[in-house]
Amino acid sequence: MAARPDAFSDLLSTRIEGDELVMSIRGRWLVTGPRPSWAKVRGDQWPVQIRPVVDGLETWDSSLLLFFMEVHSWCRTTGARFEQRDLPPRMCQLLAQLEEVEPESIPQDRGEDPLSAVGLAAADAVVKVRGISSFVGECVLSAFRVARSPRLFRWRDCLGEMQQCGAMALPIVSLISFLVGVTLAYTGAIVLRQFGGDIWVADLVGLGMVREMGAMMTGIVLAGRTGAAFAAILGNMKMNEEIDALETLGVSPVDFLVLPRLVALGLMMPLLTLYASALGILGGISVALGVLSIPPAAFWVEMLSLVDLSDTVVGVIKGITFGLIVGLSGCLRGLQSERSAAGVGKAATSAVVTAILLIIVADAVYAVIFNILGL
Amino acid sequence: MDTRAPFSAEPVPPAIRVENLECGYHGEVLLRNVTFEVRRGEIFFVIGGSGCGKSTLLRHLVGLLSPTKGSVSYFGRDFHSRDLAGRRDVLKTFGVLYQSGALWSSLTLRENVALPLELYTALTRHEIEEVATLKLAQVGLAKFADYYPAEISGGMRKRAGLARALALDPSIVFFDEPSAGLDPITSRKLDELILRIREMFGTTIVIVSHELASIFDLADRVIMLDREAGGVIASGAPRELVATSTDPRVQEFLRRGDRASDAIPRPELNRGPSIQ
Repeated sequence: MAARPDAFSDLLSTRIEGDELVMSIRGRWLVTGPRPSWAKVRGDQWPVQIRPVVDGLETWDSSLLLFFMEVHSWCRTTGARFEQRDLPPRMCQLLAQLEEVEPESIPQDRGEDPLSAVGLAAADAVVKVRGISSFVGECVLSAFRVARSPRLFRWRDCLGEMQQCGAMALPIVSLISFLVGVTLAYTGAIVLRQFGGDIWVADLVGLGMVREMGAMMTGIVLAGRTGAAFAAILGNMKMNEEIDALETLGVSPVDFLVLPRLVALGLMMPLLTLYASALGILGGISVALGVLSIPPAAFWVEMLSLVDLSDTVVGVIKGITFGLIVGLSGCLRGLQSERSAAGVGKAATSAVVTAILLIIVADAVYAVIFNILGL
Repeated sequence: MDTRAPFSAEPVPPAIRVENLECGYHGEVLLRNVTFEVRRGEIFFVIGGSGCGKSTLLRHLVGLLSPTKGSVSYFGRDFHSRDLAGRRDVLKTFGVLYQSGALWSSLTLRENVALPLELYTALTRHEIEEVATLKLAQVGLAKFADYYPAEISGGMRKRAGLARALALDPSIVFFDEPSAGLDPITSRKLDELILRIREMFGTTIVIVSHELASIFDLADRVIMLDREAGGVIASGAPRELVATSTDPRVQEFLRRGDRASDAIPRPELNRGPSIQ
């Protein structure tokens, strides 16, 4: 029978010999070039046996193997026989390898049923909470150890961190706090103007910044800036075996690396909180003056009629707490990091998420506590 | 810690004795029934293919991981059963050179070497600096004392790591893959350094490696770990193992090294008197 004419005549031709389809493979089979489809090559024929023969084959690569795989797969489905006796031995070896791996390449269902997913998530949450509690306990013990022998404390590292998380954070804290003050004033003005109470914008901005937003915005900024940096630095140290080197020297990484960072944040956060509150109030004064025509002195006097020292103390307490949360989250995630670049990245992300989550939770808890205490 | 027992009638305990150690990660046991001794002043290699548990064994030896079974004792004193203070006493007696050098990146080389001295000695700051500089001079890095780890090459970082490991004049020094990532000449120089440390100070040296040229040049004895067997499959002097072992895994591993060291001639080890 004559060869079937088709678009790939430079690569193969076929002929029928009884129940057998003989494929003459020739030309250049390259994975970067076009490859015939078995369905088109076969057409409407249903051979019982397929026998490829090499006839003028110049070069070949995975392209030819892929074609044979397609033929092979069709043979398996229909029960036809793939006769490879006329193929070169090297090609036969590769086909044998393909046959071995083919059944394993069926995609696996990796999905979890919803019930298992809930169970695993709950177990994971318990492990995480236990991890955080145990780390907090370790930090407390470390603080006692260092208080007993202050020589152990790394003051130089602590001062370096104070500069990093304090002075170097001023520009971003300034910008964000000022803008939060502006936003609060604008939002308040929309409602209060309807009641002719423009001046109360001063109370809203003052109380909002001093009690809540100063500490919270600083905490969130530092979670992204400092917490992520702590996690990345400690994660990288873990990857480079620097933490192992400390441990084999008998030095606790918490004493050496975590405590100086916690002290730095604990000292800097209240200062940054006060600064952020002041900048937020400045933002409020700007809006009051520019939009509501309230003079700064009137704003100030009105604000002081509501905001007193107890509000400032509340803000500072929150600031210290949020600072410690940021430091603990960053250091914990850094020390828990996997020993790989991807692990360090994950640790940094996780540090930010953990810190922000715990800041919001702590803020809610403080709201209840201060309400009970009448503060 | 005094590691000698000159007036005792009892036999002197080995530097390290590992008995029936079982270790692994995350509940999966990698090594079982690992038992061996390292004699004082010996250069001892832990060898085997990738993933056979060499580094895991080292992490158990230096106390970074706790074994599920078995014991490790240093100079006759059990290590893992001690409390934190007791372990710290033992930790002072050995130094570890990690694969990457593991220098603390925020400290200069001098500060890196000085830290163990600050923690465990009553030396003055001036004396600590002098000792740190001396240790750096012993590994040929005195000129780089004020450099940070990021400012020096990989080979220099390893030598600085060695200076730090030697800071407290330890009785035992552990090396984790000392030749990893080094060119053959730098690797050779590190081998020379290891030999001279042993010759000058009588330090017991334990090296985890699969660098066959170093094994044949330096090792007094080796143990070979195997992943499939999950433990030690051979122990003895490397050339003796090549000559006498009937285990095909040992022969394949060590003979390949013999062939490799024949094919690529290495410079003669310089066994000069001073450490430079």
